[in-house]
Amino acid sequence: MTQLLQLFANPLVYLLVALIAILTFIALNGLILVYVERKVAGFIQRRPGPFEVGPHGLLQPLADALKLVGKQLVVPRDADRILFWAAPLLSFAPVAVCLLPIPFGPHLVGLNVNLGVLLVLAFSGLNVLALCLAGWGSNNKYALLGAARAVAQSVAYEIPLLLSVLCVAFTSGSLNFAEITASQTHGLLSWNVFTQPVAFLIFFVSALAETNRAPFDLPEAESELTAGFHTEYSGMGFGLFFLAEYSYMIVVCAVASVLFLGGWSGPFLSGHWWMLGKIYALILAMMWFRWTYPRVRFDQLLNLCWKWLIPLSLINLMATALIINLVR
Amino acid sequence: MTTIQKTLKGLWSLIVGLKVTGKEFCKPWITVHYPRQEVTNLESYRGHIDLVPRPDEPKKPLCIVCKRCEEVCPSGCIRVEGHVPGEQTGEARQLLLISNVPLPNSAARDPICAADKTLRVLDGFTLNYNYCSLCGLCVQCCPVSSLTFSSDVYLAGGSRRDFEYDLLRRLKNRKIKV
Ligand code: SF4
Ligand code: SF4
Repeated sequence: MTQLLQLFANPLVYLLVALIAILTFIALNGLILVYVERKVAGFIQRRPGPFEVGPHGLLQPLADALKLVGKQLVVPRDADRILFWAAPLLSFAPVAVCLLPIPFGPHLVGLNVNLGVLLVLAFSGLNVLALCLAGWGSNNKYALLGAARAVAQSVAYEIPLLLSVLCVAFTSGSLNFAEITASQTHGLLSWNVFTQPVAFLIFFVSALAETNRAPFDLPEAESELTAGFHTEYSGMGFGLFFLAEYSYMIVVCAVASVLFLGGWSGPFLSGHWWMLGKIYALILAMMWFRWTYPRVRFDQLLNLCWKWLIPLSLINLMATALIINLVR
Repeated sequence: MTTIQKTLKGLWSLIVGLKVTGKEFCKPWITVHYPRQEVTNLESYRGHIDLVPRPDEPKKPLCIVCKRCEEVCPSGCIRVEGHVPGEQTGEARQLLLISNVPLPNSAARDPICAADKTLRVLDGFTLNYNYCSLCGLCVQCCPVSSLTFSSDVYLAGGSRRDFEYDLLRRLKNRKIKV
């Protein structure tokens, strides 16, 4: 037993176990979120949603996953084969790294690094490259249009996202997720959402855009671009993009709950339940938005970012810096 | 100032939207689980067209073979065939006079009387439902109200042929409700 514990204390083994745990969590989450999303969509449109496979359709996502795995992988003619298959892998692989530095509980953290926030931001930026490669490699005009939109959108929205994260970093004086959480454990009012409400709103809106969720789902707008960048993908190629999209939802919601909603801090229950509750509450809100709002036009999307979110977040950042300077 | 006002109004409209979908989320379903449950208001469904039988002779349609429906159908999916008994011998000539055929919406028309007067016999009435746009023009223009929409929702077929209907035969095979 002690030997096993010693083995576990080895940082490399610990990292490996953490990675496996995270991948399991991601896969399970993919299944659950697909089900929840379809149920939410159904209830909002006053229909039952998936209902036939298993009790209340519970086994539907499993059936869908099996179907996806069993499908033939087709590469379009004249497509760039290497880029075409690199894209879904590149889209999915960074997710695991993004979840590593996030503390799910007081002690439940894969990799406690000083620059955790930076790590997440850097690796989630890789997703844009994946979408770009997917669009380019497919040799399909819709895919290319989707990729172009994805790049313009992600580049634009990364700025307000970063600026609002900076506000939090200023107030808590750290880029370490654990320390940021620790600074919010003194009751409800110490949560950053109350000290930085504007930053939270900007972060959440930018996060919606970064994860390509409606109303900012222009890169995959079904009604205009069939499926945007993943038009040409079949089987698990599509499945990986899908899984990546849901995993990025978890990443942004986890980051949002650590940065703004106190992370694992909360009364009565142990930490990880609070963290999970907060993440899923945010995800539910994202789904609610998706089934409420129509898709924005491309010019509206960029106008919103450049004319409103970036100036607002800059003002917010300067105000934060000023106040911190005055208080000190 | 107006920009800010407009923005605030826009933001408020977002919240209103969320309220709407939030409320709908909590309400019960309005769809049914089809194979196990069925809707009860099928009469209100406007399916493909159907011939209306004479009240006194349920196996015969009210149709007077005026072919207006065939003419008016924008998709050209109706075919009406009929003959006048004794046309070859010249006996029935006067029966084709236009004054004997009631005009659409003519007041106080009696469809049964019209069917008897014109004496034309309907030999075939086919509908190619594949091309029907369900515009309803044929139903509107029929002078004797011999066309109606059926409430046939359970349509499924493996071939185009399955949707080429012989409406006259349909009428003859129809079970008479008591
Ligand atoms: S319009 Fe009416 S009466 Fe004339 S042919 Fe058509 S169904 Fe018969
Ligand atoms: S409903 Fe319109 S398209 Fe269909 S048969 Fe009648 S006239 Fe033709």
